[in-house]
Amino acid sequence: MSRSRLAANTVAVVAAVVTFFPIYWMVLSALKPAGEIQSLEVRPWTLAPTFEHFQRVLGGENFSRYLLNSLGVALTVVVLSAVVAFLAAVAVTRFHFRFRTTVLIMFLVAQMVPVEALTIPLFFLIRDIGTAVPGVGLNTLGSLVLVHLAFSLPFAVWMMRGFVAAVPEALEEAAMIDGASRSVILWRILFPLVAPGLIATSVFSFITAWNDFIFARTFIISAKDNQTLPAALLVFFKPDENDWGGIMAASTLMTIPVLIFFVAVQRRLVAGLGGAVKD
Amino acid sequence: MTAVTTAPADPETRVRRSPPRPRGRLRPWLYLLPSAAVLLPLFGYPIYMLGLLSVFDYRQAQVSGGEPTRFIGFDNYATLLGDQRFWSVLAQTVVFAAALVIATLAVGAALAVVLTKAGRVPRLLLSLAAMAAWAAPAMTGSTVWMFLFDADLGLVNQLLGIEGYNWFYDKWVTFGIVGATVVWHSFPFVMVTLYAGIQAVPSSVLEAAALDGASAWHSFWRVIVPMLRPLVTIVVIQSIIWDFKIFTQIYVMTNGGGIAGQNSVLNVYAYQTAFGSSEYGLGSAIGVIMTLILLVVTLLYIRALYRSGEKL
Repeated sequence: MSRSRLAANTVAVVAAVVTFFPIYWMVLSALKPAGEIQSLEVRPWTLAPTFEHFQRVLGGENFSRYLLNSLGVALTVVVLSAVVAFLAAVAVTRFHFRFRTTVLIMFLVAQMVPVEALTIPLFFLIRDIGTAVPGVGLNTLGSLVLVHLAFSLPFAVWMMRGFVAAVPEALEEAAMIDGASRSVILWRILFPLVAPGLIATSVFSFITAWNDFIFARTFIISAKDNQTLPAALLVFFKPDENDWGGIMAASTLMTIPVLIFFVAVQRRLVAGLGGAVKD
Repeated sequence: MTAVTTAPADPETRVRRSPPRPRGRLRPWLYLLPSAAVLLPLFGYPIYMLGLLSVFDYRQAQVSGGEPTRFIGFDNYATLLGDQRFWSVLAQTVVFAAALVIATLAVGAALAVVLTKAGRVPRLLLSLAAMAAWAAPAMTGSTVWMFLFDADLGLVNQLLGIEGYNWFYDKWVTFGIVGATVVWHSFPFVMVTLYAGIQAVPSSVLEAAALDGASAWHSFWRVIVPMLRPLVTIVVIQSIIWDFKIFTQIYVMTNGGGIAGQNSVLNVYAYQTAFGSSEYGLGSAIGVIMTLILLVVTLLYIRALYRSGEKL
């Protein structure tokens, strides 16, 4: 092994350990008995792993309810945004029409808008919508679905565009010659072919909705039952004595689903990003 | 998550051959209809409303007190521009974002190069660790780093043997820890993108350089770096857009902006002005200023995309 290879290997392993450490520490602390967390003697392992924090978190404080809320909101957003983004992506890749570039640039510009600043007008908008349609007003999960759908869509369209473009048009032309209708081509041929891309895109929509903190905090004011995970995590922060075991257990429960999804699509992700380099 | 993404298109499909069938004139608009139905009311309209709110006197009295809203022109902006506090928040937002961009890029680029040199197993380990940091929600990343730096039970204080030192007391130390958390979250994107970019440099080019007698060092700086310039531009601008908008980490780790709001960045400042002090008009004005700054950056981004040959 050459010297530079050895140096690179060392740096890579050290960086990997440092990068992974916070995640490891989170899971470890969630499993440590309360006594060990409070002890002044640090140990990077535990001999008596316990689920007491998880049990406390899931049992009390309505946490499992919040978990289901988060899951419900995120999955609804994923399904809706997959269909809507797929259609829009087909429009901008398979057709030439006036303002096509303008539409594309608007999807791009939309990604940069500081979503946090929009909480101010959205708060009033959602409040007003709520008087007409109670299901999506303040304090409802419906309101969260609406805003997450809106804010995950521009990126979803942007990403789906690449996946749709990668499907050879010849396939659709062949189907058309065989007499297939537009909708059959769209849903029976194109849709299954871009399914892998759709899954990768969906993971991002899922993460956007799942990770959201600001809208949950702003819209869900009094309906404790409709709280989602990120905002609910703050319950464990107490002015003087933070319940770190509980916070770490709750954080672990919140991190695991995204971690699984992310690792599942990482290959596709890297391949997709590589495409950004053109010769 | 925003990223530059193009699916691996094979060269054949990149060249578009047939124009679409003529009868599908309205069809693209039909397909865009659902997106429009979501985005116009929930994205377009709020942007318009943000601008509108920023020129009104809109406070608690108007929201719940039934007092009439009053058009005040650019008074909110005048208030901001005359406010020492606004300028200091703007300045520290720029400094904080700039430091984050530089740190993220330095770490990400260095590790991308390391990845190309490392063996299979170390490379896999680093990729997986980076994926985990990338995937971790901003919220839980914040809680873990807060725990690490906790005054009483934090690992850092225990290892250093200092008892009860509060890391979140000094303004710039706090920014440093929040910054580390953000970089931990965001360097994987830079690393993975640049690594993929380096891998995409055709080996024939490198072989040609080697035949011409270029050292590894030379071919890196003279061949790979220039070829990656468009990609680097995209990564830089993407990072600026993200780091300028940091909200969750600051809000959670400093409990809403730190002691007396000393750790506020524009985003948090706008939010606190609106929802904390019920100055909705003033908060909207801050939001507008922020949007305008990011719009300029985005226009540069679009230009960079065009330059890099990305087909829109």
